Amino acid sequence: MLTYILRRLLVAIPTLILISIVIFLLVDLAPGSPASEIPLTVPPEVRARILESLGVNEPIHVRYLLWAKQFFWTEPLHGIDAAFGTDWAGDSQRLISYQSRVPVFAYIWQRLPQTLTVIGSAYLLAVLIALPIGIYSAYRQYSWFDQVGTFVSMIGFSVPTFFTGLLMIMLFTTKLGLFPSIFDTNLRVTDWSSFLKMLHQMTLPVVVLALFNAAEISRYTRSSVLENLGLDYVRTARAKGLSERKVILKHVLRNSLIPVVTVIALGMPTIFAGAIVTEQVFKINGIGAALIGAIVANDLPVVVTIAFITAVLIVFFNLIADILYGILDPRIRYD
Amino acid sequence: MTDTSVIEAPRSQWRDIWDQFRTHKGAMLGLIVVGMLLTFVIIGPLFWRAEPILVDPDAAKMILGRNKPPTWDHPFGTDQVARDIMARLMLGGKVSLAVGFVAMAVAIFVGTLIGVLAGYFRRLDGPLMRLTDLFLSLPLLPLLLVLVFLYGQAMRNAFGINLGTFFIIVIGIGLTSWMQVARIVRGQVLALKEQEFVLAARSIGTGSTNIILRHVLPNVVSPVMIAATLGIANAIITESVLSFLGQGFQPDFPTWGSMLNYAYNNQTYPIQMIWPGVAISLTVLSVNYIGDGLRDALDPRIRGR
Repeated sequence: MLTYILRRLLVAIPTLILISIVIFLLVDLAPGSPASEIPLTVPPEVRARILESLGVNEPIHVRYLLWAKQFFWTEPLHGIDAAFGTDWAGDSQRLISYQSRVPVFAYIWQRLPQTLTVIGSAYLLAVLIALPIGIYSAYRQYSWFDQVGTFVSMIGFSVPTFFTGLLMIMLFTTKLGLFPSIFDTNLRVTDWSSFLKMLHQMTLPVVVLALFNAAEISRYTRSSVLENLGLDYVRTARAKGLSERKVILKHVLRNSLIPVVTVIALGMPTIFAGAIVTEQVFKINGIGAALIGAIVANDLPVVVTIAFITAVLIVFFNLIADILYGILDPRIRYD
Repeated sequence: MTDTSVIEAPRSQWRDIWDQFRTHKGAMLGLIVVGMLLTFVIIGPLFWRAEPILVDPDAAKMILGRNKPPTWDHPFGTDQVARDIMARLMLGGKVSLAVGFVAMAVAIFVGTLIGVLAGYFRRLDGPLMRLTDLFLSLPLLPLLLVLVFLYGQAMRNAFGINLGTFFIIVIGIGLTSWMQVARIVRGQVLALKEQEFVLAARSIGTGSTNIILRHVLPNVVSPVMIAATLGIANAIITESVLSFLGQGFQPDFPTWGSMLNYAYNNQTYPIQMIWPGVAISLTVLSVNYIGDGLRDALDPRIRGR
């Protein structure tokens, strides 16, 4: 198992390098030089240093290496410096956001908590909704519950999240006045009442994101359980007199959750993309909003960094999915 | 005269598939809805001649006619600069559906090409499948946004504002959604090329190009058709997301996504949000149902039972 994990880790490295090349080329080959993209508000000496760290006049592979060095060497060093008070990075130029003129990673670090709380709770809620529905509608295949469930999940992933979000705002904010439609990012959870307030303002975005993802997960669960219900071991379990409850929850569920767990792990990055839209609709000040804001303001460093961070996340969760599959399914051998 | 049994007329495969498809209620309903939407956006503008883009130059008339609820003159009401929403829905739908179909075609073309090459030529298999895996682990929506942002202006300069945007969106969506098709096609081709009819074709001296075009491709049509339907749904959603985020077409040029974005910034009149939103949802829902029905109809294990 350990060798397998190590091998997968080693495969992930060239993938990441390739992705970084793709992202770099995408930006580098774009019409317009990087110098013209730096706004005039950036002071001339900073501008000169940015240009130097980009290696504007060097050939393309040198430019890529400089870019990669910035990402994988200089920025982590600054991170270590900030965390432990060391001075390894010296005064090397950091990646600066053109828009706010703070280091890009500091900027993203500020935005991360909002995104993670909303996305994390939405995904958790989605899994909690989807599993029981998927299991029950497979167990009672073609019952009215199954029919309704299938129809609702079909609607769930056909209606785009921005429309469900807008409908929710119209209904619960404009008409009923129950929930706020704008997320208050300055709210700090310090005691019980501020926690309740946080929960209150998170309800709408979390529900919107959760419904969309629950639709997909519940369909996977349903088909996976259905596949297992017809297998011989289920008949054996029933024949030896186990209660239905035990047959489903102990025997069938364990086996049918194996593919579902992978789907859940692989879905993590997609929910990140979904969050871009949801954050825009509910005006949450997270990563997605930062990306859109940076695109509108021509803030190239932030755009590239966020794209690359998402890529890293995808590779990471693919890895997790593979490893989980190996742990959960003893039939799969890796040596 | 004992032989009275009726010999059934030979039935084509597509006839069987259609018969099976017809039994799927959701898919038939989806087909009808998509047909109606297509009629609405293609035939509709021939009869409904209200101006969808330009604002009435008569300022007083324009201001008086803003944000009207539905009436007989404007069945869907008017927007905040007094343009008829029905005319905008028709034009916007035409654009949205066109983006969906063309982007799907790009994705299917690239996916089939890569899938066939990887499946048929063993030497290309490794590199092409690594490429597919690489694309699968790219952050697609952020990259698409970056692509439109960086290359959109150049395309607009080259092809004009709306056509340039159309091209960049279609190419962007196509290039970020061919991977599933490539995987499916490769798997099919791998199995097909070991079969006897391909061996027979090769033994009478057919070249690779002809084997692929005449013997392999016709046999991968059905999985590709299913992927294509789902691809249309995906492309329509992606285009509307781009427009909703303000990165698609210019705001005065309507697509369903940009109309929604426009209405979102004008929340006093929520009815203006409902129309394009319902149109997108209805299209995607119907197309997904058609895909579901096609999957059942094209699966020989289900068909004919």
